[in-house]
Amino acid sequence: MAEHTLRARGVRLGYGDREIVSGLDVTVPPGRITVIVGPNACGKSTLLRAMARLLAPSEGAVLLDGRSIQDMPTKEVAAVLGILPQSPSAPEGITVSDLVGRGRYPHQGWFRRWAAEDNEAVARALLSTGTLDLADRPVDELSGGQRQRVWIAMALSQRTDILLLDEPTTFLDASHQLDVLDLLTDLNHEHGVTMVAVLHDLNLACRYADHMIAMKDGRIVAEGRPSDIVTEPLVGEVFGMRCSVMEDPASGTPMVVPLGRHHVREAGVHPAARS
Amino acid sequence: MTGTRLREAPDPRLADAVRTVARVRGRGRRRSVVVAGGLLAAVATVFAVSLSLGDMVLPLRTVVDTLFGGGDGGSRFVVLELRLPRALLAVLVGVGFGLSGAVFQSLLRNPLASPDVIGISAGASAVAVTASLLFQVSGLALSGSALSGAVAAGAAIYLLAWRQGVAGQRLVLIGVGFGTGLSSVVWYVMARSDTADAQEAYLWLTGTLNGRSWGQVWPLLTALAALVPLTMLAARALGPLRLGDDAAAGLGTRVEPARLALLGCATALAGVATAAAGPVGFVAFVAGPIARRLVPGRGAALPHAALTGALIVLVADLGAQHLLPSVQLPVGVVTSIIGAPYLLLLLARANRGGSSG
Repeated sequence: MAEHTLRARGVRLGYGDREIVSGLDVTVPPGRITVIVGPNACGKSTLLRAMARLLAPSEGAVLLDGRSIQDMPTKEVAAVLGILPQSPSAPEGITVSDLVGRGRYPHQGWFRRWAAEDNEAVARALLSTGTLDLADRPVDELSGGQRQRVWIAMALSQRTDILLLDEPTTFLDASHQLDVLDLLTDLNHEHGVTMVAVLHDLNLACRYADHMIAMKDGRIVAEGRPSDIVTEPLVGEVFGMRCSVMEDPASGTPMVVPLGRHHVREAGVHPAARS
Repeated sequence: MTGTRLREAPDPRLADAVRTVARVRGRGRRRSVVVAGGLLAAVATVFAVSLSLGDMVLPLRTVVDTLFGGGDGGSRFVVLELRLPRALLAVLVGVGFGLSGAVFQSLLRNPLASPDVIGISAGASAVAVTASLLFQVSGLALSGSALSGAVAAGAAIYLLAWRQGVAGQRLVLIGVGFGTGLSSVVWYVMARSDTADAQEAYLWLTGTLNGRSWGQVWPLLTALAALVPLTMLAARALGPLRLGDDAAAGLGTRVEPARLALLGCATALAGVATAAAGPVGFVAFVAGPIARRLVPGRGAALPHAALTGALIVLVADLGAQHLLPSVQLPVGVVTSIIGAPYLLLLLARANRGGSSG
């Protein structure tokens, strides 16, 4: 389905003198959901920002369809690759339909202003995110979950083949986190959109990722299907956390049960976790 | 590259949804057009009234006749030579300040970020007052020095705020500090000069349209004829930029060039308006917020802000000329009476809300 490819080749990334990612390669599987996990400050958001062209690598390149993304015109990138930043801010008073309409910007130009096609793209985005009822409401008045749906709708109306999301579930309560991830999965299944998301919750990541990238200290520790790579030693290495990995009774994907120093029943602990 | 091929599932709800989107967006657009029309009518009315009032009160009918080539010698002189340039200048100055303030505030996403708060007007004042008091510059050269002061201040603030891109909050803070510094330059130069000259400079600093003639109208009209279209072109990027730098870049905006173009236009607009009438206080500061309140949710509402600015200066100048029977006030005094309480309100609200948004 997805016809565009995104890869990173030997990218070194940092801010000023501070190097955060020192030379790594990533190939994003087209048409699938890729989730990047890792502890705070491991460089996962930095990597995502580089793939989104928000940060130029000091070495190496991010390749979109084999061309360096830094050398491509901004508009050309925006026609293929959409971004949902970590904490986007809506201008005061903007209505949902206007905000979602902003996603049409890369498709417009000096001579091509708003057209019927744009109304249709916005309508589809509102329908698939279940926000049509909110069309004339100001974004300021919405709840956190609704607001995140609206931002996803904006990214959708951009109609890109690849969508990068930086912690799309942060600040949402448990049910809205599920809601957003279900929505993203729907979009992936229905439209074949390639997605790359940074997620904090390891268990949700295991459940929703087709392909998982585990990062620590600016390098990739493991990548692959969650059921292939998520093991107790890996979680120990990446997060520095003792845990027990079992099968998620709902999804059959790996489920990570963290083990702290307290409230752990000796008998209930999986033997492997004791090593 | 045509980009993407999303699989389009036929959706029975789509036709309805498209109608809803078209209706909601159309409603906003209609309101925006109606409000713009209302503002335009108000500007035209006050404009006509200001041409008819004065030592010799002319009926509106005569004013209109005179504008279209009729009238006798007396009314032609009063309307076309005395009052028309002043009223036109009020409109143009208002458009310049209103548009400039609205661009600054929307771009930097801060209601305090108008050129008279972030040091642009202070730059114009410092250079103009220095030029006039220390180097006896006057007339067009004085206007030129005010404009160059505004541009120099804008450039200095931008460069000082630069750190791999320019963030709104930092630029506003640096601008406020810079403006305060420049104001002390103004006061120092004034304190060292002759009282009569200083008084003249003080009048200019308040912002006045007293004694203005066609000589000031043409340069401003020419400058705005170039700057207003340029600003409207650059403002296409304002929509994405208002969503934050990352989102704007994701939508295909070249963030830093687009921001620089907008800041340049807004600085030049404030500069040419200041050059013609002095730093008329608070027009740039209040025009944008009033306009955005009139058309809520319509983005930066730049045309509305320009018209609101024109209306404010016209009304304020009408008041400045006729409120007190024997004195002609500088227009800046009247606009400050309107603007200062709004600044206080904004500060009080920001204090209560615990944020400066």
